[in-house]
This record gives sequence, C-alpha cells and structure tokens, in this order.
Amino acid sequence: MINVLLITFLITLFYIAIANRMLTYVKVLALQGVLLFFVVFLQLNEISTLNLVLILLETIIFKSIAVPVFLAYILKRNRITREAEPFLPNFVSLIITTIIVVATILLANSIQDTHLNKIFFVVALSTLFTGLYFIATRRKIITHVMGYLIIENGVFVLSLAVGNEMPMLVNLGIMLDIFASVLILGIFLNKIGDVFKNIDVNQLSNLKDY
Amino acid sequence: MMLLYLILAYSIAIVLFINRNKIINFSLIGLFLLLQWGFTIYACFHFRSSELDYFSFDSLGILLLLTLSIVSVPAVIHSLIYIKDNKDSAQSRGIYFAAIAGLITSIGAGYLSNHIAVTWIFTELTTLCASALIYHHRNKLALEGTWKYIFICAISITFIFIGILFLSLSLIHAGSSDLSFKNLLANSDKLNPFWLRLSFLFIFTGFTAKLGLVPMYTAGIDAKDKAPGPASALLSSVLMNLGFVGIFRFYVIIANTPLQHWANLVIGIAAFLSIFVATVYMVKVKNIKRMFAYSSIEHTGLVMLGIAAGGIGYYAAILHVVLHAFVKSSLFFQYNQLYKVFQTKNIYQIGNYFKYNTTGAMVLLLGFISAAAMPPSGLFVSEFLIFKALFEANQIIVLIAVLLLLTMIIWAFGKNIFKILFIPAVGFDEKTLIVISPWESATQFVLLAGAVYLGLNPPVQFVQLINESIMQLPI
Repeated sequence: MINVLLITFLITLFYIAIANRMLTYVKVLALQGVLLFFVVFLQLNEISTLNLVLILLETIIFKSIAVPVFLAYILKRNRITREAEPFLPNFVSLIITTIIVVATILLANSIQDTHLNKIFFVVALSTLFTGLYFIATRRKIITHVMGYLIIENGVFVLSLAVGNEMPMLVNLGIMLDIFASVLILGIFLNKIGDVFKNIDVNQLSNLKDY
Repeated sequence: MMLLYLILAYSIAIVLFINRNKIINFSLIGLFLLLQWGFTIYACFHFRSSELDYFSFDSLGILLLLTLSIVSVPAVIHSLIYIKDNKDSAQSRGIYFAAIAGLITSIGAGYLSNHIAVTWIFTELTTLCASALIYHHRNKLALEGTWKYIFICAISITFIFIGILFLSLSLIHAGSSDLSFKNLLANSDKLNPFWLRLSFLFIFTGFTAKLGLVPMYTAGIDAKDKAPGPASALLSSVLMNLGFVGIFRFYVIIANTPLQHWANLVIGIAAFLSIFVATVYMVKVKNIKRMFAYSSIEHTGLVMLGIAAGGIGYYAAILHVVLHAFVKSSLFFQYNQLYKVFQTKNIYQIGNYFKYNTTGAMVLLLGFISAAAMPPSGLFVSEFLIFKALFEANQIIVLIAVLLLLTMIIWAFGKNIFKILFIPAVGFDEKTLIVISPWESATQFVLLAGAVYLGLNPPVQFVQLINESIMQLPI
C-alpha cells in the first residue's frame, strides 16, 4: 500500500512537468500533502501516538490545506497570469523528469544496503531534483516557491524512511517545513506582489556590481 | 545558565521588537550587550563543561564566542550612530535592534551547540534575523536582495537537512542514533562510507551559503550590499564563522575516516574556485560594499584551502577566521562614514577621502593593508602558514595559481582604495561636506590593532585554544 501511494506521488511529478495552469500546480501540491498523510499513517507505526498525531496534523492541515489555500489566494490577489510560462516546452520537461527518475532508480539499485528502503530513496531523490529543475526553468517567482515546496515534500519522504529509528528527524523536518514556508510565503510574497507588479524573475536583476 | 541566557536574550529581542520608545530601546540593547558579555565570561569560567545536553563550552566554541562578543560591541555602537543619523521610524528602529540581538544570540548558540541538528536550527534562526536586517531600507532593491537571500538560504538549509538524514542512515550502520558530534566521532570508524560521502556533500553545500564559498556564495553578496553597514559587518564576519563552525565540526568527523582524502579534495576544489570567482569580480566591481563582500569570499577560500592542505594549515585556518572577523568588520563599520560623506557607493564618485576625513581614511588604509595580508597585518601570518601548509602538502601548482590570483586581488583592491583615498572625485561638491567626529573611528582602530596583536604576538591562552580545537584532527 505504501508503495502504491509513493508511486502515485512520483506520478504527480510527471503531471506537474506537463501542467500548464498555475492552479493545477496548487492542486497537485495539495494532493501530495494528502498522499503524504497516508504514507505517514502507514509507515510510522513505531512512534508514540502523540507524535504521530502531530505529524499527521502537519501533513493534512499545513501541507494540503493551509499552503494551497494561501497560494491560491496570492494568485488571485496579485492577479498572476494563469499560465506557468516555462522557459522550455512541456515535452522537454517531461523527458527531463523521466531521465531524473530513471537515473535515481539506477542509483538506488547500485546501493547495497539492507537498512535502506529503496522506494523512499528513489521518490525522495527524484522529487528533490525535479523540484530544483522546476525552479531553474520557470519564470515566475511564485513557481519558484512551488518548486521549493515540492523539494520540501521530497525531503519529508526521505525523513520518513528513517522515521521509526529516529522520530526526532521527522519532527525537525516538520519544523523546517513550517519555518521556511512561513518565512518565504507569509512575509514575502505579499510584499513582492505589491512592489513588483508582474512577478517575474527577470525583474530581479537590478543588484549589480557597478 | 545557557537556558537562562537564551530565554533572556530572545525575550529582550521580542521586547525590542514590540517597543516603540527610544530610551527603552537604547537601554535594552545596552542590557543585551551586558548579558552577552556576562554569558561569555561565564562560558570562559566553565570551559569544557556542557549544559542542557546540547551545548558545550569547547575550545572552538569559546574562541569564536569571544570573537562574537568583541565584534558585537562596536556593531551596537555603530548601529546607534546609524539609526540616529538616518532618523528611521520607531518601528523600523525596533525591528532593527531586535534583529541584531536575535542574530547575535543565534550565532553564539550555534557556535556552542554540540549536536548537528541544533547547529542547524540556529542556522535557520540566523536566516530569519538577517533577512529582517537586509530589508531595513524597505525599498525595491532591498526587497530583491532579501528575497534572493531568503530563497537561497531556504534551499541551503534544506540541503543541510538532507545531509543530516543521510548522516543518520550512515549512523544506523554503527548501531547508534545519537547525532551529537561526540558520538559521531566515537563511531567514526563504523560509519557507512557511501552515506557519509553523500551527507558530506549536502552538508558542505548547505553551509557554504553562510560561509560564502562556491557554490552558494551569491546570496551573501547581495545581502551584504543591501544591509546597513553595521549589520553587513556582522554578516560578513561572525555569521560566516557560523558556516565555518558547521563545516569544521563535521570535517573533524570525516577526517577520522578513510574518506579524509576525498573530503580534502572536495573542500580544496570549492576553495580554489571561490578564490578564482572572487578575483574575477574584484577586478570588475565598482561598488565598494560589494568589493568588501567579495574580499570575504577570497578569505574564506583561503581558510578552506588551509583546511584542505592539513598540517599547519588547520592552525592557520582557525587563526585566519578569527583575524578576518576583526579586519572585515572594521572595514564595514568604516563604510558608513564613507557613505555619509559622499552619499554613494560607486567608486567613481568617491575620492580624495584623506582631505575630507583624515581619521576615516587612516582606517581605510590600515584596513586595506590588513585585508590584503601585507605585514604587519596579522592575516599575513595566517596566510603565510596556509601557503606553507600547501607547500608541505606538495600542492605547488595550486600554490602558484593561488598566489597569482591573490596578486590580482591585491592590485584591484589597492587600485580602488587608493583611488578613494587620493584621487579627486568626479562632481563632488565640497560645500555640502559633513564633518565626522574622529571618535567614531576609534573602535575600528582597536579591532585592527587587535588583529595585528593576535597575529604577531598571540597570547598563550589563544594558541592553546586553537591547538585544542584542532586536537582531534589527524596530522
């Protein structure tokens, strides 16, 4: 069952690679939160109940409700255009995402380690690199933020792989999630929306050496 | 005491943030300095003991904590001058001082922590405080700088976390789950090398954002450009040291495994590239604040080269870190006076500084001599030892390349500084000249003199502290 959920998680990455509209990105992020909720529920069966409840609440309330609602609100408030405007065509994005996933599977298969849950490793690493790829190839600042949130989801999956041995690390991952997301989203996007009318990275090149 | 210090310091920061009254604000920041010094003295008296399980007053921590407390005094003095001159609103003044207090506390706690996750948490907190400082001017450029800083730091923090996860995978092989540096060192021969390698790559890359090394150095440059002068001084001295602590403590562990040679290679490549990048930008840069920031990149590159070379290089690296904190912060403190006189950062429009502000020009000249590591600067000693370490490690080609790059840096740095000091500025109106009290430069002289003293005639205790910090490294 965990495998099915994680593979669904992997498929959402392909879906983002070909998605055109900003709202689709937001919906996929919400879906990823829900998937993580079930993965946590099934995977972390050795940790204390209170801690488990905390982690579950974080995935469902923070990852799949609060952040997507806030992102949708920002999209509406700042009147951001609906298209994602990637630098590369969607077809190329799909190919590159596939290459990333295949490469991580090959890497995982070359590791001889009985302690490692390979599917967690593959999903986490490919999510990480796909997120970095999205950041590099999308034009809007808000898509960069979404790329960052995708990376965070990947890191969360990785922390679940060692979650039963070291629950502290999962809690730290949650702290990172909340801290970084609140810092990036809460304080900044509103301000950036007010100052830079069309939020585009090309506008962020005024800091120069001369 | 550690708990008391953290609670008191952060509550002072929160009160500063809420408070709008000028007198309460100024007295609170004074109180914070007293607290910081009281805690530092307490830490010195409780050398080698641990508190709260996660903090220990070890030699490296104490050494850098002392540096932090010394630099924080002029930082607060110059912040007061800066705020008074700028006539900021009560709100932005409160946020500024709260961020300064929070930043200093977080950096200090990060130095002292003996657990990699705790170091990581305080590194996160420094990002929060630093971003408030960078956004102090509330304009478009400051926003751009802050956004870049926050975004790159968020990614680098995530990288460190991934590194910690891989480290835990590596540690499971040793049958342990305690991620404190002490336990990692004790189990260093049982760690799984594959995961350790990945973990080192991620943690190293993550901390380079704070340390100012290739590949994540970019955010720091913009941050130091946009933050107010006294805040930039903290960012480019003590905050960089926090990145150094993060990498160094992990390096001590990996140096005790068979992976040491590989780690040296990684650090060496990053360090050499940093010096190269710094040279390229130093030759072209026309913004004096960014020039100082690039000079910091060069110095961290040298520090990490010392670490990679090993031997006497370890000693030199730690000496260099401490001395660089004094020298670079004094240059950034001086920058504010320069800006007050000329109202610009562009080197073309700055000139003949000796005529307008002789004391300040002296600081700039001495600061340049110190930062370029010419004798009698203390940095000369540490750089000389780093070169010696490279020579002993049979890295002659690297040594020659670095020396060539450093020559270019000194040429570019010197060209700009002498232009500022002696050549008349284009279109500068002398009638609007603002006279600056020589006393405002006093702290810079003290810092620069301290760097010379520590470099040329280091006290016995200072040498002992450095030697003890590098004790666990294989020679």
